[in-house]
Amino acid sequence: MAEEAVLGYLEKNEEISDSGKFAEEKGINHDEIVNIIKSLNGFRLVDAQDIKKERWVLTSEGDLYAKYGSPEVQLFSAVPPEGITREELQRVFTSRLPDDLEEKLKSSIYKIGSTQHSKKAIKNKWIEMGKSQVSRKVQHVDDKVRYLLIQIQNGEVVSSEDIDALKRRKLISSQIWKGYSVKKGPKYAPKRKKVATDLTRENLQRGDWKELEFKEYNFLAKGQPTEGGCLHPLLKVRRQIQMIFLQMGFEEMPTNNFVESSFWNFDALFQPQQHPARDSHDTFFLKEPSTTRRLPEDYVERVKRVHESGGYGSRGYGYEWKREEANKNLLRTHTTAVSSRMLYALAQGPFAPKRYYSIDRVFRNEAVDRTHLAEFHQIEGLICDRGLTLGHLIGVLHDFFSRLGMSKLKFKPAYNPYTEPSMEIFSYHEGLQKWVEIGNSGMFRPEMLLPMGLPEDVQVIAWGLSLERPTMILYGIDNIRDLFGHKVDLSLIKRNPICRLGL
Amino acid sequence: MPTVSVGRDRLFQALGRTYTEEEFEDLCFKFGIELDDVTTEKAIIRKERHLEEEEPSEDEEVIYKIEVPANRYDLLCLEGLAQALRIFNGLDPVPTYNVASINKESMLKMHVKAETAKVRPYVVCAVLRGITFDEVRYNSFIDLQDRLHQNICRRRTLVAIGTHDLDTIESPFTYEALPPPQINFVPLKQTKNFKADELMEFYKSDLKLKKYLHIIENSPVFPVIYDRNRTVLSLPPIINGAHSAISLKTKNVFIECTATDLTKANIVLNTMVTMFSVYCERKFEVEPVQVIYPDGKSYICPDLSLYLMAVPLSYITSAVGVPLPAHEVARLLNKMQLYAKHSVSEKSETSFTISVPPTRSDILHPCDVAEDVAIAYGYNEIPKIKFPSLKPQPLNQFSDLIRAEIAMVGYTEVLTWILCSYKENFTMLNREDDKSTAAINGNPRSADFEVVRTSLMPGILKTVGHNKDHPKPIKIFEVGDVVLLNETKDVGASNRRHLAALYCGATSGFELIHGLVDRIMEVTGVPFVSPGNNTGYYIQSSDEPEFLPGRQASIIYKGKEIGTFGIVHPQVLDNFDIPDPCSFVEVNIESFL
Repeated sequence: MAEEAVLGYLEKNEEISDSGKFAEEKGINHDEIVNIIKSLNGFRLVDAQDIKKERWVLTSEGDLYAKYGSPEVQLFSAVPPEGITREELQRVFTSRLPDDLEEKLKSSIYKIGSTQHSKKAIKNKWIEMGKSQVSRKVQHVDDKVRYLLIQIQNGEVVSSEDIDALKRRKLISSQIWKGYSVKKGPKYAPKRKKVATDLTRENLQRGDWKELEFKEYNFLAKGQPTEGGCLHPLLKVRRQIQMIFLQMGFEEMPTNNFVESSFWNFDALFQPQQHPARDSHDTFFLKEPSTTRRLPEDYVERVKRVHESGGYGSRGYGYEWKREEANKNLLRTHTTAVSSRMLYALAQGPFAPKRYYSIDRVFRNEAVDRTHLAEFHQIEGLICDRGLTLGHLIGVLHDFFSRLGMSKLKFKPAYNPYTEPSMEIFSYHEGLQKWVEIGNSGMFRPEMLLPMGLPEDVQVIAWGLSLERPTMILYGIDNIRDLFGHKVDLSLIKRNPICRLGL
Repeated sequence: MPTVSVGRDRLFQALGRTYTEEEFEDLCFKFGIELDDVTTEKAIIRKERHLEEEEPSEDEEVIYKIEVPANRYDLLCLEGLAQALRIFNGLDPVPTYNVASINKESMLKMHVKAETAKVRPYVVCAVLRGITFDEVRYNSFIDLQDRLHQNICRRRTLVAIGTHDLDTIESPFTYEALPPPQINFVPLKQTKNFKADELMEFYKSDLKLKKYLHIIENSPVFPVIYDRNRTVLSLPPIINGAHSAISLKTKNVFIECTATDLTKANIVLNTMVTMFSVYCERKFEVEPVQVIYPDGKSYICPDLSLYLMAVPLSYITSAVGVPLPAHEVARLLNKMQLYAKHSVSEKSETSFTISVPPTRSDILHPCDVAEDVAIAYGYNEIPKIKFPSLKPQPLNQFSDLIRAEIAMVGYTEVLTWILCSYKENFTMLNREDDKSTAAINGNPRSADFEVVRTSLMPGILKTVGHNKDHPKPIKIFEVGDVVLLNETKDVGASNRRHLAALYCGATSGFELIHGLVDRIMEVTGVPFVSPGNNTGYYIQSSDEPEFLPGRQASIIYKGKEIGTFGIVHPQVLDNFDIPDPCSFVEVNIESFL
């Protein structure tokens, strides 16, 4: 109806100058007219220009006074010619108000009435407010406020001083009224063709697709978001790194054992029992199950000896090795605990060269902050063979890290109880314009390998790094908790692109 | 890793030259230590008090915080750091440390009482004679004790160091263990006498000392050292006596280390005396003390003898991976404070006798010697040896990754034929053949195999046409190659990897396919940009015959069109016998590599 009215009117007339007046004339709700004008304008059947007008409307308080009169006048009316006590006045006043008003509202109107009097009405000498007695001073008053409010309600013009006074009392407020002036648009037609938003099966069946006119499509906006699941960024990176290891001929170690004994986690690695890493400050020791049940006894004996007094060409650490320390269970602090089990197992048969890798969870008793978590993922790679040198280690590190996009490497001498030589790996970060430490590496000490039973001429070169650090560098994340754990923003997971490491 | 703070200027003075920060960092990197922080005394205090950062004024002394390896106790003070770096730089020879030769009678003596076995069984001692302290040296001496206590001494549990002005006390000394109330002395920094049990109570509120109380607290006897006049030297591992406190004026220092671990006690004592014998009248000389245990056994300490290790040259070179001659290896080892003498065996194998000085307790095995050679040679000078390994085809890897992503948003993969009929590739798609795109088969056995597809569209539409009864919507995709004529190739044609997807339902799902385009871009890490911007992708309406006018667009990526999407033209649908509306997208994914 509204659409026909607008298009029909414009067929014969040049312009609808004011949509508000037009709505009034046609007896159609203005909002309805506005919606139609917007839609017709979108299809360019009409050209619409905004009109804005400021006008005054009554607040709910103003509305009340327009209906029942201003509180000051009501107060005056409540005072009988013979006068009244203050207590009685309030009772009379509220009883004259309509019953459907809440008591609270009634008493607030009374309060307004009396304060208006103390400010204004008394100055005009309407009533005399004695200590206990209230009496009229004039016999009749006009309710000018009510009168003005009714005028505004009817859209009549009111002087600006009166507007200001009413505004101050918050009885009226300004409202921006929006409407349109409307002319014919470039695609004007007296009747609008039905526009389509999408091609439907019915269109095909009826064959009316040829006549379809489509609503203009906004290619500046995105399409409808897809629905579906997403994989976690860290595990996408893990997958790619696994691929890299496989391409480099590495075999995965089974790492699904978080609970480990101190023996495999530390002692087997020639890590002395007083080493700071074995402090409860750094390692989670288990209360339950607190100790390990079984260890390979003859191997334990060799490990004890190499710690205490050396052998295999070593001086040893010269301290009293305690079995109780080795028996203590913990949450593994590195996947090297698994490596030590794997190498021990390897040493039990005829020697065959191996390349092993793993990427799995490790645990540290650390305070959680932007760069540290109590658990993270360790990536570890190792090669066990005869004739390995530092040159091989440097070579394999270059191969591995260049696949991760880090081809500029340098190595710093470092200390690690189970590797000698040990090298910290640094990579030049183009974005940060500096060298950053990215991992650790080295050749496992003979004191670790020989007690296992590996042949004397076998070396193991190994390296390790966290999965989180390269991932954070890759995605520019500077708080590890934004990447891993329950505080992760799900939309980060959804928005995360394909991991192209190793491509 | 322990950190050592040293004054930059004093360090440079000791090294005999100044360095820029970069040069010094580089030296550290090569040697295996790390310049962790550059700060000033005042900045450290400000930080401790959580005060605002201020620009350091010019006259503040710059402090280098240097991280050293946890097993190099000799690097825990300026003296040791400077010595190690000077030798590394070839400025100094390896020092030789001597124990002064004194006859047994005049040697200072420490008698150990049997009861000490119950709480802290070992003690080792030594004397630095004729030492000259100044404020800097004195502070370094105190700091070294602190750092040793924190590191190798495991917060005094394993070893505790006491240092005394020898001129205030008299040998023989006794190391005893007594019930606490029987021990009575004025401790360091106090003026009144305390009984040992009172003292433990008193120190419970002492921030620095309370953390050591637990070491002996529950023992019925406390370890204590007396001199011949029953002057208390120390109540290890808690506190020394005030009487024998050292000062800047002290000339002769008596050092005692009590311990539960004798190996570490010797390392600690050796570190203290070797580092500070440099300030003695007789440089690098230390006066011994005889320690006599209750079983009558006695030991002369410190033991500054060299540890000899036989290491074949081949062991070293095969670990490092560089063929080095013997004299070069010996030279490199000298830089690391190891003295190496080589000999040739009957089987003409070259071998070294390595002399490990008392400062290098970290050398346990020939592998440690090999590492020192590698460090002195330079880790970054060692040529890398490559293992054989494989490289994947990035295009195929990437295709697999993107296939998984498309499947994850609910599209099912189809695998269609490369070959199709001429009609299917052109006329049925409303396309005209301008003879510039398709490779044409010369001898097709049937009309189905006339052309090598130039688009994934015919295969996908045929799939839909043959699955008319499949419940709607149908959401399918394919990643595969098309072949296009290409004059730059020897054969005149080349493959191109495309991704195509189709939606078919009661409506064409144009906005859904548009959404899929956005998702493809999102998973390839391409941002959505406004038209004309060449850093990401935008969409621009197009005019292709296979799509419905007004409901089709090109995908512009880095300024280049890489694909199109749209509602499939009803005529095309009809050609493929598809009764339901479809939207389709096809993208060249090689552009994403």
